Amino acid sequence: MTKQFRLSISGMSCAGCVASVEKALSEVAGVIEANVNFAEHTANVSGSVSIGDLISAVKNAGYEAAELTSGEEDQLKEKESADADYYHQLMIRSFVAALLGLPLFVAGMSGWLPGLDNDVSRLFWLFIGILTSVVMIFSGRHFFIGAWKSFKNHNANMDTLIALGTGSAWVYSTLVIVFAYDFSEQARHVYYEAAVIIICLINFGSALEVRARGKTSEAIKRLIGLRPKTARVIRDGKEFDLPIEQIGLDETLRVRPGERIAVDGIVIEGYSVVDESMLTGEPVPVEKLVGDQVCAGTFNKTGSFLFQSKRIGRDTALARIIEMVRRAQGSKPAIGRLVDKIASVFVPVVLIIAVLTFIIWFNFTSNITLTLVATMTVLIIACPCALGLATPISIMVGVGKAAEFGVLIKNGDALQQAGMLDVIVLDKTGTITLGRPEVTELFALPEWSENDVLSYAASVEIGSEHTLASAMVKAAENKKIQLLPVENFHAVAGQGVQAVVDSKTILLGNRRLMQANNVSINELDEIANQKSERGKTSMFLAINNSLAGLIVVEDPVKADSLNAIRRLQNRGLKVILLTGDNKKTADAVASVLSIDEVIADVMPEEKEHKISELQKQGYIVGMVGDGINDAPALARANVGFAIGTGTDVAMETADITLMRGSLHGVANAIEISRATVKNIKQNLFGAFIYNSLGIPVAAGVLYPLIGMLLNPMIAGAAMAMSSVTVVTNANRLRLFRTSE
Amino acid sequence: MIWLVNVTGIFLLVFIIWWFWLSLPKRVLPVGSVVDIQVLDGVYTPARIEIAKDQDVVLRFHRLDPDACAEIVRFDDLGIRLELPLNAIRDVHICIETPGEYSFSCDMNMYQGSLIVT
Repeated sequence: MTKQFRLSISGMSCAGCVASVEKALSEVAGVIEANVNFAEHTANVSGSVSIGDLISAVKNAGYEAAELTSGEEDQLKEKESADADYYHQLMIRSFVAALLGLPLFVAGMSGWLPGLDNDVSRLFWLFIGILTSVVMIFSGRHFFIGAWKSFKNHNANMDTLIALGTGSAWVYSTLVIVFAYDFSEQARHVYYEAAVIIICLINFGSALEVRARGKTSEAIKRLIGLRPKTARVIRDGKEFDLPIEQIGLDETLRVRPGERIAVDGIVIEGYSVVDESMLTGEPVPVEKLVGDQVCAGTFNKTGSFLFQSKRIGRDTALARIIEMVRRAQGSKPAIGRLVDKIASVFVPVVLIIAVLTFIIWFNFTSNITLTLVATMTVLIIACPCALGLATPISIMVGVGKAAEFGVLIKNGDALQQAGMLDVIVLDKTGTITLGRPEVTELFALPEWSENDVLSYAASVEIGSEHTLASAMVKAAENKKIQLLPVENFHAVAGQGVQAVVDSKTILLGNRRLMQANNVSINELDEIANQKSERGKTSMFLAINNSLAGLIVVEDPVKADSLNAIRRLQNRGLKVILLTGDNKKTADAVASVLSIDEVIADVMPEEKEHKISELQKQGYIVGMVGDGINDAPALARANVGFAIGTGTDVAMETADITLMRGSLHGVANAIEISRATVKNIKQNLFGAFIYNSLGIPVAAGVLYPLIGMLLNPMIAGAAMAMSSVTVVTNANRLRLFRTSE
Repeated sequence: MIWLVNVTGIFLLVFIIWWFWLSLPKRVLPVGSVVDIQVLDGVYTPARIEIAKDQDVVLRFHRLDPDACAEIVRFDDLGIRLELPLNAIRDVHICIETPGEYSFSCDMNMYQGSLIVT
């Protein structure tokens, strides 16, 4: 995939340097175009290439380079500063409108204001009208400009409603003052205070909304804040601090106790304990030894160590997490799409209701005052913003909250679906077990020794990627058994492996492999059955088509799998174990963990089919697997959960990625999903009820029944608060705690 | 007086339906491969852009409006959502294969625009 990069280059002094840097960049494999700007000391590069390679190429050419990542932290600060400025601007507008509106309102309510029955009082009102116009221009001109521009675009928005509502109040009031004697006494009413108070309240509501919205992106801010600005680099034996943008690949970096790790890499010297909870949600700090992976943003607690940088810039796990959270926060689930359609036609519909209100009121009452009040109130009370905001604002907070628990949600649909699941299908190895099987017992028939059995098994398995293979190789290493050369290695999916070792044909695998090759397993079958009943996996070994031994492998169940499965069941989910193991082994594991149903002896390619069968039975199915071997099943499931240990997990393979290797992540994801969807529904319910009750009441449907007509100022206050209420309700999700 | 109100009212109803639903704003055809879109005063200018299918186009958003509503632009049909920093330029690279109308809007659907792919 072609990407664009922008680098800052230092050390260039002439046009020749420009040519050198351009040449160095162009020669990096995958670069399509590289342009260096000498004036700016920057380079723009496009191509399928990593930033590390580009920085290394510039460095090798004798210059220094750093990625201009458009400084996410700076961007955030700029945004906060712009938001703060806008907040103050809105508060000032609101305050200025209140300075005129409140005294007018109080005086009006107290009967201190003159009527319009003589020229002196008309002059007084003319003066108030001029003041009102000045205030409306200062505090509310943006509504009128927005409304006009929107109108020219054949569009209508909030500004349209506010401008029409307050504008009609101003026009009517001014007409009444100028042509007072042409209006009946009953109709001589001035609404300047309503216009300015509505403008005051809406500016105030917008200011509160700006502040509340700032809080919704705290999760991203927290993640961005994990990235240290500098790192301690060792170059040519010298140790010094360098901005992280200037760190290249394969550089040696030192991390001291109490420091954050700057980029992803591999420990090459030293030992420490690292707190990875900020990325994975795993509360227990992780030991780091030579050869272990460390990730940017994690916190070094105790020891000092050296590591080699392996992923930098936007390639680090932290950067990918930030990107994924950002993308997910921007996606909209199905629940929000219908609302969008309604919101897009909402304002013109309100305009139609306002016109109908005017016609009906005037026809039935001929009272221009009541007619105007009802029409104005309809325009002011309607709030499409609350409808439009209801879904995205909750998704933003919910996805961010999930990231805090090490749960990365791919998009809004996954978030919505996770809460609707009624079946969770669990893979066994690495999902409910540690995925680190160990050889616990060996059995050999009389003509062979246990060491022979292990030697042949480990030799055959050395080239296999199966998790059981590593157990055998490790057991042979522990016993210092010499491995033998292997020929004609062949893996039989779902059965085992076959190869030639020491001129002997070796078969290593399950009962099905032996049966397929007509190997009699009677002598060890009983033992294998007994081990299976205890949840252990037995592998038969045949040499030259006759049984030689049995290797028993056990993959310990994760300590917290039982509790996590109970949490899922307590939330009404049926838990199914789906495994390639034989029925007895699977049943034994399932009974220890109180799993509801077992589907065993499933070939890898059949897992997807089993998920599909469950879906045909009407279940909404979630599948939990490692994200690599189970990719088709994860894709088939309504929600695929990729479970990983640390930050190794492949993030793009599933709908939801669990950064922590615990099944609690699944329960957390489901709880967060349900809480978020509930929050969205509360928001939508509130916004729909508000509009569908508020508009008819504003139009005066209660007037014939109980004589109630809403004051436009109350409508203004309600409208201003409805968006704030939606944002505040979404922010409640930030306080959400899982039941773990 | 009542008949005047009624006639005006009916005229307004017809006008609202015609103006907001039946009559569409003028389409803007991009000159070159970049379309500059200003985000100001509650609207995208231009708001209706016509492009050819399979045409690589850069929509260059320049947000000048401090309103919180303007900070996001989303193309729901294309799965794109972009933050628009105030007083900054952000590019959206687009190449659409299927002709049709693709709308874009702010999070609250108050800013509205559309891409007409022909």
